Amino acid sequence: MVAKSVVVCRPELTFWEKLYIPQILCGLRITFRHFFRNLFLHIAHRLGRLTHLPASATIQYPEELRPLMSRYRSRHRLTLREDGAPRCVGCMLCETVCPAKCITIVPGEHPDPNVEKYPIRFDIDLGVCVYCGYCVEVCPEDAIRMDTGILDVAAYSREAMQLDIHELMDPELRKPNIECNLKFPHQCELTEGNMKGSWEELDWSAGNPRLPKK
Amino acid sequence: MEFVLIKFALAAIVFFGVLNFAGFHTWVERKQSALIQDRIGANRADIFGFRLMGLFHGIADAIKMFTKEDIVPAGANKILHVLAPLISVFFALVAFAAIPFGPPLELGGRTIDLQVTNIDAALLYIFAMLSVGVYGVILGGFASRNNFAIMGGLRAMAQMISYEIALGIAVIGVIMVYGTMDLSLLVERQGEMIGGWIPFWGIVAQPVAFIVFVTAALAETKRAPFDLPEAESEIIGYFVEYSGMKFGMFFLTDFLETIMVACLATTLFFGGWQVPWLEADGFHFPWGELAVANWVYVLLGVMSFSIKVMIFCFVFMQIRWTLPRFRYDQLMALGWKGLFPISVGNVVVTAVVLVVFFSETS
Repeated sequence: MVAKSVVVCRPELTFWEKLYIPQILCGLRITFRHFFRNLFLHIAHRLGRLTHLPASATIQYPEELRPLMSRYRSRHRLTLREDGAPRCVGCMLCETVCPAKCITIVPGEHPDPNVEKYPIRFDIDLGVCVYCGYCVEVCPEDAIRMDTGILDVAAYSREAMQLDIHELMDPELRKPNIECNLKFPHQCELTEGNMKGSWEELDWSAGNPRLPKK
Repeated sequence: MEFVLIKFALAAIVFFGVLNFAGFHTWVERKQSALIQDRIGANRADIFGFRLMGLFHGIADAIKMFTKEDIVPAGANKILHVLAPLISVFFALVAFAAIPFGPPLELGGRTIDLQVTNIDAALLYIFAMLSVGVYGVILGGFASRNNFAIMGGLRAMAQMISYEIALGIAVIGVIMVYGTMDLSLLVERQGEMIGGWIPFWGIVAQPVAFIVFVTAALAETKRAPFDLPEAESEIIGYFVEYSGMKFGMFFLTDFLETIMVACLATTLFFGGWQVPWLEADGFHFPWGELAVANWVYVLLGVMSFSIKVMIFCFVFMQIRWTLPRFRYDQLMALGWKGLFPISVGNVVVTAVVLVVFFSETS
């Protein structure tokens, strides 16, 4: 096999270019244009004018977030029924499909026979999650979504990366949780993993057909 | 006694002004580069929630520099290692003493030259100080006992020596035209008018020398496009082994030298403190006259000088953020094959022109 050699043509500099100074002035023209344009726009922005023209490409991160696409996969959340209980029916599909095996579900019996099951415990270990979005796609009940727009998943320990049902149902929550506000029975860390809450505390006005009598 | 007090006051003014301007320069550098590159620039340091467009970053830098651990590497020459940044800063600051920054001020019956020392060979003095300042860089490289630092020091040495020659020879043209090395006299002679309306500044008399001077002077400041002594991306420079305020001094020297060079360019080529058409008794416009008091005259002169220096600093900064670094052989070629012959040619042409056309003045 004949080795191919590539001939790279480097253009010879013309006399004008070899003089350096005209080329330097060309470069300076570009930088001066950027400088004065941005300076003018920054001043105009201070005065509340011309805000549709950006003066810089910078996004001031903690205050200003980068716009996300609507299909972007961010931190998970569990969607709610009208009465405040999770839509999840504990079918285990997401736990099964999860390639990283980061979802742990313990199903319990729902008082409504049409629903049958609900999660007593629903954990996602974000330290393990690969954000593939299969759990969202596989869910038959639209019970899990990745649309919170939360990107700053950071913690000082592996334990703090493990979201439980509290954080998943309320994306605003951050560990450590101080108070449990879930009304249905679930395994709660605040009571050392014992069951907490009861179905009676939920708002049933949305109409669940058979509320178990005490 | 009175003389000494006045000199001390002048020295304090220059010292204060120059150091503050050098500190301010860090802010200008950050913001100007940010604007050029469509960014915002450092703006997070705040005092009680006031950010003031990042002006406090200079203070934050200073606090950081002073509180950082000062490391002297094992095996380094401790004395030279400490001495190097001191030499660097000291000689950069001392050179400012010979710069006239305003017209003579009449105060309480005496005339005060706004210049710390009125040396009749002021130009030589400044060049000598700048040359000795190079020692700081070289010593910093050698005393660190670090190969990269030595490389940086050597590069600095070669660069400074080659460009100082072009710098000096470029200035000879100016000296020949004005016939003096006394900077205050040189500035005064730039106040004359050609044909009554063009100020007889160095840039008019010696445009080629100006270009050579600015190029060589940029190389003297060791900043991009001539930042081979530091060259962050390849050899990390002569100050690798410096930390804390000793590094800060090298850093400060860069800014001081930029200001020094801007002052020199102003003094030699842009009429120093001269305001066009302004003489000691007032404005002499081609279309009329306007008398001003002495203090207005002095104030205008000092302002004129500062504004010119600031514009030069601004342009140098712009060049620093426009051009990429030279390769080492390109640097040497530009210095020895470009600037050196041009400056020598300029001297020869100037001499011939002076002798042939203006021989009655010389």
